[in-house]
This record gives sequence, structure tokens and C-alpha cells, in this order.
Amino acid sequence: MSSVAEARAAPSRARPDPERARERTLLLLAAPALLVLGVLFVWPLLRLLSMSVADGTLAQFEKAALDSLYIAVLWDSMEIALFVTAICLVLAYPVSLWLVQAGRLGFILGMFFLLLPFWTSVLVRTYAWMVLLGRSGVINRMLRDWGLIEAPLPLLHNLTGVLIGMVHVLLPYMVFPIYAALLRIDPDLKRAAEGLGAPAWRVFLRVTLPLSLPGVFAGCALVFVISLGFFITPALLGGGRVIMIAMLIEQQVREFLDWPFAAALATVLLAATLVIYAALGRLTGGQAHAAR
Amino acid sequence: MDLTVRGVVRRFGPVTALAGVDLTVAEGELLTILGPSGSGKTTLLKVVAGFEIPDEGTVRLGSEDVTLAPPRQRDVGMVFQNYALFPHLTVAQNVAFPLEMRRMPKPERDRRVAEALALVELAGYEARLPRQLSGGQQQRVALARAIVFNPRLLLLDEPFGALDRKLRESMQLEVRRLQRRLKLTTLFITHDQEEALILSDRVAVMNAGRIEQVGTPGDVYARPATRFVADFVGESNLLEGRASGDAAAEVPGLGRIALARAAGAAGDRTTLLLRPEALRVGAEAAALPNRAHGRIVETVFLGLSVKLRLRLDGGLELLARLPLRPSEPLPAAEGETVPLGFAPEDVHVVGG
Repeated sequence: MSSVAEARAAPSRARPDPERARERTLLLLAAPALLVLGVLFVWPLLRLLSMSVADGTLAQFEKAALDSLYIAVLWDSMEIALFVTAICLVLAYPVSLWLVQAGRLGFILGMFFLLLPFWTSVLVRTYAWMVLLGRSGVINRMLRDWGLIEAPLPLLHNLTGVLIGMVHVLLPYMVFPIYAALLRIDPDLKRAAEGLGAPAWRVFLRVTLPLSLPGVFAGCALVFVISLGFFITPALLGGGRVIMIAMLIEQQVREFLDWPFAAALATVLLAATLVIYAALGRLTGGQAHAAR
Repeated sequence: MDLTVRGVVRRFGPVTALAGVDLTVAEGELLTILGPSGSGKTTLLKVVAGFEIPDEGTVRLGSEDVTLAPPRQRDVGMVFQNYALFPHLTVAQNVAFPLEMRRMPKPERDRRVAEALALVELAGYEARLPRQLSGGQQQRVALARAIVFNPRLLLLDEPFGALDRKLRESMQLEVRRLQRRLKLTTLFITHDQEEALILSDRVAVMNAGRIEQVGTPGDVYARPATRFVADFVGESNLLEGRASGDAAAEVPGLGRIALARAAGAAGDRTTLLLRPEALRVGAEAAALPNRAHGRIVETVFLGLSVKLRLRLDGGLELLARLPLRPSEPLPAAEGETVPLGFAPEDVHVVGG
């Protein structure tokens, strides 16, 4: 790669290289976005991170590592993210399979319902879930009216509520990568498998499923990482009984005004996210390569 | 096993892809379906493979009616146009796939895979993934996978299209050798008439959802049954004229042409086929019963032969193909007028 680039770069001193010029133009087009990101995102992020070591020591990190509360919350957050990822995967895979072979109308309807949570504000969506899930909420009342339950099910202000709310928002992040991966599978491969004697379920297990794994990994990585930083949904639907790391960081800032410690926690979260992302990315990359 | 297709019709909405196809492939025979794109040959292949259910008609393998059987129950090996190798499985796993589906025990499976890979000269490639192979090697894997389970029928869907010319020719011969050796009943689909003539025991020429003619390559080339076949297979001079009742015809621009036999009742419209290689140019034309003069308007050098486009006085254009030997110069240059001639026996009355 580099040797090719060098070979091309050598004569370009004498004459203009159209490839270079094109790259420069493209960079120019991306410049405004890069500028906005740099000023409004990267700079504040670096400021925040530097706050965690503002006193010149790693004391803030030591505090985070030694206090079992923070470790426990980080662990809980990962567990919740893992649950959300697993539930999303189980729900999203059949939906993606259906979307790939659905007709035009089915596809539009499916997309509409999938994207609906994106078009609703987080607060509205979350309060709507509270109306549905509460002790005397729509779901509990309906189940009682039908005589299916006697006492209301505890659906709100606990883990169940948090999971329902989070899965609802995050489902599309799982569906789209899987859908895209399924769409990329050459239909002739399924035909070939069928022609060679495979019944439908074996075509699925031996051909469709393995070839869709890159999409599955990508979806899991997305959902897991986004879950890890969730704040509003667990705060409202968890009713204070489910605490995720983002809520803890917010608490440090709002209640104790302990910016350095909040910065340290944020750094830990960011680092954990990056590590998981890199690991999954490596797995996904390998898979995508094998599937090509 | 022999394949029998009877009265097969397949419609897609207002489009009739197959308009009543009858076809028999004898045991161990290689029959080619030759036709342009849109002629229905791919639909016919899908009906035989089981990926399409015909609206009317039957498909039989031997004595078994498989018209409605799902593909997995047909025992038909197929090589797809793009090979359709499983990209996540190794060469050996690809070839073992049909055996695995038939729940063959592993030791025998391994033995059969090794045999099949040896047949296509890919022993030693077992552990590779398809993307690590060249186009020709991928095709051999696809072929091995299609024959490893002793299919009742082998289907080849334009498998040579993606290969460069040299490789294509060697693969064609290899497939032919293998097919003969294993005595596989084979249905081969192509739009390449040259390929069809080289490979086939018999050729079925398809057009607009129908089979226009079935015959040996020699038959189809020398005695096309319809104007479409005459035009589609090989290069041709097609002359429109009227039969004179005796062994001759009247062709505008050429005058009276002597034929080997009558082309119909006097005054009947008739189409005559004169292959370019049957048209003589220069001195040897003088002794032939049918003669004319033409100006050379184009010369195309083809290596072993040269192709001339000749314009006659009336504006009629004829193609001639002359063998080329290094020692002999061309009979004439572009722009010159030369004598032309052809024998009555070399003129085929199309559909006659």
C-alpha cells in the first residue's frame, strides 16, 4: 500500500496528481463538519478528561477503583447492557429475516414501526412507557380485566421497566446491521444449498446464519455500547432502584459538584467502551472478511 | 437418468416465459439449450431444477414425475453462473455439503470429496476458502460439488461466461471429458452459439419461450429449420426470394439461383441460407452455376481466415469467409470488384 502511494507520489512533484486533488476537495467538503465536531465535541471531551488528573495525581481513579459502589455500578451497567443486547438480538433477527423477504408494503410498515421511537422525544416516549407499565397502568389493568392476573405485575421502577424501555429504543440499531447483512447474501447461495439437498432449516443454519454473523456482531456492538451510556430511560423507568454509570456521573456533578471525580468516572466509562468496541470490531472484521 | 419435459408453460403476469416446451435429454447425453437472453432458457433451467413450478406441463426424471418436487428431492447437480460457492466454507466443506445433507458417514464423505477434487484436479486445495481461488478453480469446485453425490442430472447455467477466452476453452473441454467419463445426463444453458456447437451432443435452439429446433450441432448449423436458427447460429447470408417451381429461386439483386432441389411451388416466398464459407471469391467462382460480381467494402482479418463484406450491383450485401494461408496473398484488396460464385448444393432452403 505505502509503496504504491510512494511510487505515485514521486512523479507528482512535476505534474498535478488528479487523485491527490480529488482527495483535497473531499477533505474540504468534510471540513465544516470536522470543525464543528472539533470545537463542540473533541475539545470539551479533552477538557473533561484532563480534569480527572487536574491535581497531577491519579487520586480520582484510585477513589473510583477502591470504592466498591462504583465498581458495582459499572458492573451492573454492563450486565444491563448485555441483557438489552441479548433481548434485542432475539427480537431483531426474526424481524430482519422477515424484512428481507417482505413485499413493498410490509417493508414500509415494518420500517415505520421500527423507526417510530426515533421520531418521538425521549421524555415523551419514556413517560408513555410509565403510563403503560405502572401498577394501575394500561397493561396491568388490561390483564386484570381479562382475569389473567390478580395482583398487578411489577413492570415499572425496576429492571423489567428499564429493559423494556431500552430495548424499545435500541431495537433498530440491531435490526439494521442484521438486515443489511442478510440482504447482502447472494440468493443463489440459498438456491444452491436447496438444490444440493438441504431442507429450509439446514439452509438457515449452514448458510444464512453464518453469513449474517458480521451484521449480528455489528448490531451487538452498537447496542451494547449505546446501552452502556444510557441515562434518561433507566433514571425514569428504574425509579431510582436501577442505577447505571451515567446516572452516577450526573449525580457527582449535580449533587456534589465533584467535577474531577465525575471526569474520572467518565474516563473509565469511555475506556471500557473503547476496549469493548475494539474487541468486537476485531471479531466483526474477521467475520466480514471470511464472509466475502 | 433421462430427462423428459412435456408441454411446459410458465407465465409471469402478462409475460409468457415458456410457451409450451417439449424436450428429451437421453441418458448420458449433453444437450445444450441455446438462445438469446430473454428466450426463456433460464426459466426452463429453473423449472428443471425445481426453483420454478410450471403453470402447465410435466418434468420427469427417468420414470419419476418431479414437476412439483422441491429442489432438494430432485438429486440434480447444478453449476451456477456465478458458481454460488459458500464463501464461509472451505473447498472441502463446499464439496462435502451435498453429502452432509444426505447424512453420509464422515469417512465415506471424506473419501468421496477427495475423489471429486481429484477428478477436477484440485487435490491439495481442500483447506482453501473460495475467495483464495482463481475463477477457473472456483468453477472446478462448483463442478466437483455438483457431481460428488452422483446426481441424476447435471445442470450448467452459463458457467463459462466469467472466464477469459483461453481458460474458457480449456474448461469447456474439461467439462466435456468429465461428462463423457461419468456418463452424466447434462443440460447446458448458453447464449454462446460457438460454445454450444463445440460441446453438445445435441443443441436445442430457443426463441421467445419456444424451442425452434433440436438437432446435432452439424444439423443445426447446416440445416436450420427456421430463419431465427439460421441467423442465430453461425454467420449467415439470408436471401429472401420466390421459388420458381423447379430447382431454382428468384432472388432480387442476384437473379435466378440454381438450387439442389425445389424450394416450393412457383411464386412461394422462400428464405435461402448461404454460409459465408460456401461463397467462393475470385477465379474459382467461374466454374460454379451461380455467379455474380461484388465490390469488397470491408476486410476483417481473423487469423486462420479472412472475412469479406461484398456489395453487389443491386445493393445486396454478402459475407464471404476465405481460408488464409501465409503463402497465399489475399485474392483482392478493398474497393476492388471480384467475381463471386456458389454451388447449388451449398444453398439451404430454410424450413424446407
